[in-house]
Amino acid sequence: MTGLDLVARIPERDVDLTLGVPAGRTLALLGPNGAGKSTALAVAAGLLRSPACRVGVGGRRLDDVPTHHRGVAMLSQDPLLFPHLSVLDNVAFAPRAQGVRRSAARAAAWRWLDEVGVSGLAQRRPGALSGGQSQRVAIARALAAEPEVLLLDEPMAALDVSVTPALRQLLRRVLAERTVLLVTHDALDAVLLADRVAVIEHGRVVEEGPTQQVLERPRSRFAARIAGLNLITGRWHGGALEGHGLRVQGVTDGLALAEGSPAVAVFAPSAVSVFGNDPGGSPRNAWPVVVTDLEPREDRVRVRADTRLGEESLAADVTPAAVADLGLEPGVRVRFAVKATEVTVHPAGPDPEPPASR
Amino acid sequence: MSISLPRWLLLPAGLAAAYLLLPLVAMVLRVDWPGFLGLVTSPSARDALWLSLRTGAVSTLVCVLLGVPLATVLARTRFPGQGLLRSLVLLPLVIPPVVGGIALLYTFGRRGLLGGTLEALGVEVAFSTVAVVMAQVFVAMPFLVVSTEGALRTAGERYEVVAATLGASPSTVFRRVTLPTVLPGLLSGTVLAFARSLGEFGATITFAGSLQGTTATLPIQIYLERVDDPDAAVALSLVLVLVAVLVIGLTWQNPVARRRRAPA
Repeated sequence: MTGLDLVARIPERDVDLTLGVPAGRTLALLGPNGAGKSTALAVAAGLLRSPACRVGVGGRRLDDVPTHHRGVAMLSQDPLLFPHLSVLDNVAFAPRAQGVRRSAARAAAWRWLDEVGVSGLAQRRPGALSGGQSQRVAIARALAAEPEVLLLDEPMAALDVSVTPALRQLLRRVLAERTVLLVTHDALDAVLLADRVAVIEHGRVVEEGPTQQVLERPRSRFAARIAGLNLITGRWHGGALEGHGLRVQGVTDGLALAEGSPAVAVFAPSAVSVFGNDPGGSPRNAWPVVVTDLEPREDRVRVRADTRLGEESLAADVTPAAVADLGLEPGVRVRFAVKATEVTVHPAGPDPEPPASR
Repeated sequence: MSISLPRWLLLPAGLAAAYLLLPLVAMVLRVDWPGFLGLVTSPSARDALWLSLRTGAVSTLVCVLLGVPLATVLARTRFPGQGLLRSLVLLPLVIPPVVGGIALLYTFGRRGLLGGTLEALGVEVAFSTVAVVMAQVFVAMPFLVVSTEGALRTAGERYEVVAATLGASPSTVFRRVTLPTVLPGLLSGTVLAFARSLGEFGATITFAGSLQGTTATLPIQIYLERVDDPDAAVALSLVLVLVAVLVIGLTWQNPVARRRRAPA
């Protein structure tokens, strides 16, 4: 196994990403649609070429190497099994293409089908498989290519939620010790499959670090949203964070914050209380907001609301009874309150916040 | 489940079907059945049928060998002037075949553009069986290119991309992924090209003439005999119709096409 070094610089798409995956590790790319995650994969696979891009695998420069000589296999959300070949021949495709004799290629295909638990389907046509079965075969086919680097583009996005957990466990098993670049929308994918996470917004890496750290203490808007957390960016002034017309009191986890330095406040929706009028009393953080959306989730309702300046969207979890009592519906003005002890304020790294004029 | 159609639609639809079928019925009614076998097995008829089948087969093969690469280049690459090239490639579909024959004559004929070169090489193609094949290729190739290019565009490049990331060279991708995925379109294009070759008349008679056994294909033989021996012309016409029905039937029965049509 070898590591991957990637510089995906495509000025026309306003993408400029520098990523590294050490040998045998998995890096997850998180980010909203159109942020440039798939562009990074296309550059790594050699499907997208640009003079300023650099791709290296184990120190070998691949900039001018055609896709089929790169040793970089790709798995997307659509399994794309060749419809004219049986499942077995699909998996044997890569060894055959690399010059392995038919019998040896088929033997390898059987092994990989066994590995992903679908050897019983070997003689079927792809059209006769379910979505989850197809994706397992696609995983076997990619692994049979014996790639040095695996590129996964939202491999579970198109699957029924009922089959996702089993497939995630399968990926967890087969991806161990492999060099993998994984594009995903799902924080759980990152938690279970990736050693590190890079968050990409607007074609730039806005945050990168060990998975646990990024998801527990997200600094970027996107990471906070998928981790289900509220996030307010601003600057540290007089013992509180100020930004977007809000003043947020919180605890700093013992980290020293310099006056005027960029910072980010993070708190869970469950820590937020909703009031019809000024609550007074203990909460030191109380902001007037306008409800924009109600999302029922199991035994509670997630209330989304915009701050008065309309720049920050915040979420609060309340009981259905509270929704009825307060008459919550889109357009209603309420106050969101959160205890300062529930808010953690982190120093913000490279400023993910676009200029305030936005 | 289906939507209901406006009733008035049935009248023009029926007229159209009747208009297409009635002439065939009229022709069948006009066939001299007692003499049929003799008419279609006369030496000139047998020569014409055999020549048509031979030249049609060869020209279809040439269409496939040259047309599939052209369709692939048109569908899978981008270059300046591509749109113009695509339109020009389709030109033989719409220009009268006789005009195509004239154009071929002034390209490959003795006094044509390449005639001098060919003569120096000791090759004379005009008014030969080779000319029959060339005329057929000229009018039939666009059918194959259009249907194959359409199939390639519908299939998209996604399977080819996957194959490349699995380590398949461009030639392997073309052979093991591109061709099999467009096989149904390619087959129907091949059948269309063969049918068009069989029916070719205008370009052939202009560029290749009408020598029995050499350049007089079945349509030309029918044309020649329609005045002197109308019974023979009608009998041979029926043979062409039967061949056409056979060809269409074979494509429809094609196992690959049927498998692809069936829902997964």
